[in-house]
Amino acid sequence: MSLRIVVCVKYVPDATGDRHFAEDLTVDRDDVDGLLSELDEYAVEQALQIKEASDDDAEITVLTVGPEDANDALRKALSMGADKAVHVEDDDLHGTDALGTSLVLAKAIEKTGYDLVVCGMASTDGTMGVLPALLAERLGVPQVTQLSEVSVADGKVTGRRDGDTASEQLEAALPAVVSVTDQSGEARYPSFKGIMAAKKKPVESLDLDDLDIDADEVGLEGAWTKVEDAAERPARTAGTIVTDEGEGAKQLAEFLAGQKFI
Amino acid sequence: MAEVLVYVDHVDGAVRKPTLELLTLARRIGEPVAVHLGAGADTAAPVLAEHGAVKVLTADAPEFAEYLVAPKVDALQAAYDAVSPAAVLLPSSAEGKEIGARLAVRIGSGIITDAVDLEAGDEGPVATQSVFAASFTTKSRVSKGTPVITVKPNSAAPEAAPAAGTVEQLAVTIAESSKGTKIVSRTPRESTGRPELTEAAIVVSGGRGVNGAENFPVIEALADSLGAAVGASRAAVDAGWYPHTNQVGQTGKSVSPQLYIAAGISGAIQHRAGMQTSKTIVAINKDSEAPIFDLVDYGVVGDLFDVVPALTEEVKSRKG
Ligand SMILES: Cc1cc2nc3c(=O)[nH]c(=O)nc-3n(C[C@H](O)[C@H](O)[C@H](O)COP(=O)(O)OP(=O)(O)OC[C@H]3O[C@@H](n4cnc5c(N)ncnc54)[C@H](O)[C@@H]3O)c2cc1C
Ligand SMILES: Cc1cc2nc3c(=O)[nH]c(=O)nc-3n(C[C@H](O)[C@H](O)[C@H](O)COP(=O)(O)OP(=O)(O)OC[C@H]3O[C@@H](n4cnc5c(N)ncnc54)[C@H](O)[C@@H]3O)c2cc1C
Repeated sequence: MSLRIVVCVKYVPDATGDRHFAEDLTVDRDDVDGLLSELDEYAVEQALQIKEASDDDAEITVLTVGPEDANDALRKALSMGADKAVHVEDDDLHGTDALGTSLVLAKAIEKTGYDLVVCGMASTDGTMGVLPALLAERLGVPQVTQLSEVSVADGKVTGRRDGDTASEQLEAALPAVVSVTDQSGEARYPSFKGIMAAKKKPVESLDLDDLDIDADEVGLEGAWTKVEDAAERPARTAGTIVTDEGEGAKQLAEFLAGQKFI
Repeated sequence: MAEVLVYVDHVDGAVRKPTLELLTLARRIGEPVAVHLGAGADTAAPVLAEHGAVKVLTADAPEFAEYLVAPKVDALQAAYDAVSPAAVLLPSSAEGKEIGARLAVRIGSGIITDAVDLEAGDEGPVATQSVFAASFTTKSRVSKGTPVITVKPNSAAPEAAPAAGTVEQLAVTIAESSKGTKIVSRTPRESTGRPELTEAAIVVSGGRGVNGAENFPVIEALADSLGAAVGASRAAVDAGWYPHTNQVGQTGKSVSPQLYIAAGISGAIQHRAGMQTSKTIVAINKDSEAPIFDLVDYGVVGDLFDVVPALTEEVKSRKG
């Protein structure tokens, strides 16, 4: 028996950089450094822990849909300890929305073969948090999402989902799609050995033809949603800043009263 | 007029405020039809009608509570088939987004999440989103299929607009394939008696500067004097000083209150992502260089252990 784990990882613009939109209202990737979405590091970490705890042979494939540079995200995941990578790359993918991305990911996951798909809770750019549910729907398997604790044993995945009103213990039979939160456990740093080993690990490149997807089902033209306008939020007008020399609380109370909060 | 499906978020029939906001927004693009799943429809229906629901579709089945998300998608899809709406609106909770996403795949539609405003447009509803930690405002629409849109809490003020609110039973068949993820047990969260974080008009948050769980009562006391909810930064949560459910930010709750007070919080981009759309922002921090001061309407450079308790006293005495 073997356990085939696919981890979906996204290459995103650095959130601490100056993120903005290109003329066609897609994310400008040229001006800002990209990296592996930090929340997907948690997904890689949990996949590694599941593999380490598994009695079966487990193999971890990291999968990304993204431009050439997205290779960096795959390398990072490989240097953390994933075994191999799949990169779906095609010029026609530029501007793909969530429905389109889920279509491409689902086809790539089916082609790769899987028992368990692990995702982050959300990307750090689109932050929709819908991809895992979209994948479960497309693949026709259970979704076990937003987990702060996850484990796999006896062909079953179990985990804890901390919701708004309750904390739930979940259970599903494999194959399944899982997403993990940043409460699931700190991600490890790649070791020097890991970084060297990653250079030799296989990265398979796939395009739309390989996945039997028509160009008009994805990309900006094929998208199910359309961004019509993107405007930078006007800078906040500089606020009043006072230094507390004993009167700070009084001054602040004056301000709050002036704004009718007290 | 076209009908608009509104997914009802409730606890045993107690309708949560974001749903009333959805009904208000739905009226801009059509006639709201509310979908209430689970127990408590009798309690919920009058409230939904009061806020503009022309119809309330209800279904109750044990599967809604026994399995994650998918049975609710089956039910919402049944409502979709029954009504053929012009749009489907859901609250931007984790569950609301997941239900909306799966429905979108089934009906071949696009989805927009985390809308902060909604208006009618020539080619269908136009959603405003606040993206990249609220540094950009975008306007988008769904270009294929029936728009599925999830809306953040506090995006509109709920308005009363009495409508018929005719209650109709919805026939729902829950597919075997929707019973994949079993909810083995559920531990309800204990209520603190304070307002719900995402819905509160005022939020007072504490960060690493609070320096220990034993000091959080300082933050809570200010919150209570203002009738506010309590938030926390991830640093405070990771240190175990306050529950994760109170975390504000990218991976915590996103809040948009009238007033946000940050005490001992530096203002990292991931924290800003969850509070930058607050109407008025106040910070108390002893470091005058802290990035949070770039956002504030009013800032006090000072020790929170001096400023916060004194402010609490000021508020109490002014409120008399
Ligand atoms: C600011 C912004 C707003 C957007 N708004 C919308 C919108 O309203 N509607 C819409 O349809 N699209 C929207 N998009 C596009 C959408 O974000 C992308 O299509 C994206 O790939 C899917 O959504 P997400 O990144 O938000 O993923 P999420 O659902 O937040 O991601 C969850 C997980 O899915 C996996 N994942 C996501 N993308 C990839 C990928 N490319 N490769 C591998 N794994 C992946 C990762 O494991 C990730 O942690 C938006 C994009 C941006 C940048
Ligand atoms: C993927 C990812 C997701 C994240 N999600 C979130 C999130 O959802 N929410 C979130 O908050 N963070 C999040 N973070 C963490 C974020 O990057 C910061 O680390 C965090 O917000 C810092 O919290 P803080 O401001 O409380 O602590 P610090 O940055 O350490 O700031 C503490 C501040 O307190 C001040 N201070 C100290 N003592 C006093 C005193 N006595 N009086 C007044 N001021 C004092 C200091 O001057 C300092 O400015 C995330 C990070 C990552 C990588």
